[in-house]
Amino acid sequence: MFKNFKHEKIETNVGLLLVLTMLAVSAGGLVEIAPLFFIKDTMEKVDGVRPYTPLEQRGRDIYLREGCYTCHSQMIRPFRDEQLRYGHYSLAAESRYDHPFQWGSKRTGPDLARVGGKYSNEWHVQHLIKPTSVVPESVMPNYPWLQETKLDISDVGDRMRALRVTGVPYSANEEEYQRNVKQFGEAVARTLHIPDARKNLVAQAQDGNFDGDRASVSEMDALVAYLQVLGTMVDFSKIKPEELVKFR
Amino acid sequence: MSATSVAAAGQYDYDIIKKFSVMAIVWAVVGMFAGVYIASELAWPFLNFDSPYLSFGRFRPVHTGAVIFGFGGSALFATSYYVVQRTCQTRLFAPGLATFTFWGWQAVIVLAALSYVTGYTQGREYAEMEWPIDLLILFVWLAYMAVFIGTLMQRKQPHIYVANWFYLSFILVTALLHVFNNLAVPVDLFSLKSYSLFSGAQDAMTQWWYGHNAVGFFLTSAFLGMMYYFVPKHAGRPVYSYRLSIVHFWALSFMYMWVGTHHLHWTALPDWASTLGATFSIMLLLPSWGGMINGIMTLSGAWDKLRTDPIMRFMIVALSFYGMSTFEGPLMSLKDVNALSHYTDWTVGHVHSGALGWVAMIAFGSLYHMIPRLWNTQMYSVRLINAHFWLATIGVLLYITAMWISGISQGLMWRAFDDFGNLQYSFVESVAAMHPFYAMRAIGGMFFLTGMLLMAYNVTMTIRQGVRAAEATGAPAAAAA
Repeated sequence: MFKNFKHEKIETNVGLLLVLTMLAVSAGGLVEIAPLFFIKDTMEKVDGVRPYTPLEQRGRDIYLREGCYTCHSQMIRPFRDEQLRYGHYSLAAESRYDHPFQWGSKRTGPDLARVGGKYSNEWHVQHLIKPTSVVPESVMPNYPWLQETKLDISDVGDRMRALRVTGVPYSANEEEYQRNVKQFGEAVARTLHIPDARKNLVAQAQDGNFDGDRASVSEMDALVAYLQVLGTMVDFSKIKPEELVKFR
Repeated sequence: MSATSVAAAGQYDYDIIKKFSVMAIVWAVVGMFAGVYIASELAWPFLNFDSPYLSFGRFRPVHTGAVIFGFGGSALFATSYYVVQRTCQTRLFAPGLATFTFWGWQAVIVLAALSYVTGYTQGREYAEMEWPIDLLILFVWLAYMAVFIGTLMQRKQPHIYVANWFYLSFILVTALLHVFNNLAVPVDLFSLKSYSLFSGAQDAMTQWWYGHNAVGFFLTSAFLGMMYYFVPKHAGRPVYSYRLSIVHFWALSFMYMWVGTHHLHWTALPDWASTLGATFSIMLLLPSWGGMINGIMTLSGAWDKLRTDPIMRFMIVALSFYGMSTFEGPLMSLKDVNALSHYTDWTVGHVHSGALGWVAMIAFGSLYHMIPRLWNTQMYSVRLINAHFWLATIGVLLYITAMWISGISQGLMWRAFDDFGNLQYSFVESVAAMHPFYAMRAIGGMFFLTGMLLMAYNVTMTIRQGVRAAEATGAPAAAAA
C-alpha cells in the first residue's frame, strides 16, 4: 500500500496532517509517563515517609512562593561526592507527598534534600534574614520579611483539603483518621487531621519555637519547620542498600 | 514593488500581525532587561534590595515568562499569522478570534509577571502560572488553533507549505503539554493557589516532558516554521531540499517528545525512563542537523548576501547556533557528561545558546524582514541592524563562554577529592569562585540588551516612516482601517 504513497497526500489534506502529527507526537509521552503510574517499582517501600504537618506544608508553600527551587535542588544523586556532601541519595518515596515536586534543576546554592537537622533553628533564622551574616561568600538574597510577617493560617484547612483531593492522606473524618493511625501511628495521624489543622499548626510552632518568638506564628516559623524536616523521615540505618538498588 | 505591497496590505489581515510584532519587541526589551537584572543579582547580590518583589527567586520567572511567552510567543503569533496567510493566499479565518488571541495573550504575560512578584506560583519551571492564568492560556490557545487551522482550510493553494506544518505541530503540542502539565487542584474557587495533581517522580516526569517539549516545540519547531518561510524568502531562493524538510519534520516531531527525561538523569526517576530519553536525545541530532543544513544550504549560490545584508547574517548565525546547541544538547544528555553538567551553569549556558543564539536571532531576522513589509516601507537604518547583529553576537558569545567555564568548574569542584579522600572544596568555595563569570555573563547580557534597544529604536523609526508615507498618499491607511 505504501508503493503509491506520496507525501503530497498529507500536504494537501489538513485533517490527515493533523491526525498524523498527533500520532507522531503522542508516542513518547505515552511510553514514558503512563507506566510510571502503574509500575510498582517506581517507588521504594520504606517506612517513615509521611505527609507534611500543617505548619510544614505552609512552610513548603513559602518555599515555592519565594522561588527557592530556582537555586536549590532537592535531589541527591547516587555519587560518592554527593553522599559525602549531602547524605544518602534521594528516594522516590521521599517526595511521594510533594505536590509539586521540588527536585530542582540548578544548584546556585547547595542541595536541600537532607538539610533537616543539619543546622540549628537559630542558624536558619539568622541565615534567612541575612545569609552573609553566617556565610560571608553567599550570594543568596536576604529574606527579612519572613520573620516580620505573620503566617496566614486562615485557609490551611482548605489547602489540606485540596491536597487530599490529589491523594495526600490527610483525614477529613473519623474513618480516615483511624486509617492514618494504622498507617502512621497515632502521634502522626493527629497532625494530619484536617478539622484540627489550625490548632495543630499553632501548637507545633509554639513547641518548636522555630523563629525564637513564641508569641506569634511567623512565616519564618513555617519555613524553618519545613527545612528542618527535609530528608529526615527515612531512617537509613534500618534499610539494606540491596533493597533500594532494585528500584533504580 | 510598492504596488504589490499596497495590494498585499488590502489582501491580508496585517493589523493583528503589526500588533503582535510591536509587542514582541516590547516584551523582548522587558524580558531581556529582567534577565540582565537577575544575572546582576547573582554577581552583585545587593541588587536584591531586601525586597520580596525584586528577589531573585520571584523575579526569575518574570524573566523566563517575558522572554519565552512574551517575546517568543508574540513573535510566533505575528509570523505564523503572516506566513499562513501569504502561503495559503487567503485572509485569516475568524479575525475576531485572532484579535482575542492578541489581547488574551498580552493579558497572560502581564498577569503572570504580576502574580510571580506577589508570590503566586505553581513552583514548576516555565509552568509557574497559577490555574486562572492557565485557563486563560487554554482559551487563547484554542482560539489560536481555530484561526490557524481555519485559515489552512480556506487556503487557495492545494499544498500546505512546510512552514505551516511546523507551526501546526507547535500549536497542537503546546495545547497537549499545557493541559496535562497543569492539572492541579485549586485551594478554593477564590484562591489563586493550587496544588499539582501529581507528586514526586510522576510530577517530575510530567514537568520535564512539558519542560523539554516547550523547548522542542515552542522554541524549536515553531521557530523552524519561521526559518522555513523567512530564510528562503529573504534569500530569494527555494528551500534547499524538499525531501529533507519532510524527513526533518516527521523525525523531529516524533523524537522530541521522548527526550524530556534527560533532565532527570541519576534522580529517583526509574533508570529506564532517563536512558530512553538519552537514547532519543542522541538520535535527535540527525533531524536537527538535517534541518540546519537545509536552512543554511538554502543560501547556496547567494552567499555574497552575507557580506551585504545583516538580516541574512542574523538568519545564518541563528542556524549555526541551532546546529551548535543541538550538538551540545545530545552531548549533555549522555549520563556521564550529565553527571558533571547537571545542576551547574553549563545547563544555563546551553539554554541561552539556543534561546539567544537560535530563537532570538532567527526572530530578529524574521522581524527585520517582515516589519518593513507590514508598514509598506524600508527599514529606517541598515547600519543599526548591523550594529545590533554584532552586539547580539558578542553578547551571546560572552554569555555562553562564561557559563561553560563556570559550569564545568562547578561540576569539577563539587566532585574533587583531596589526598585523604575528603571533599576538597566546601560548597560555598564554588559559589565564591563563580563571581567573575557571573559578572561576565551579566555583561554579555548587557551587550545583547543594548542590541535589542537599537532594534526597538530602529523599528520605531521605521514604523513612523511607514505611517507618515501612508498618510501622505492616503490610500493604504484607509485600507488598513
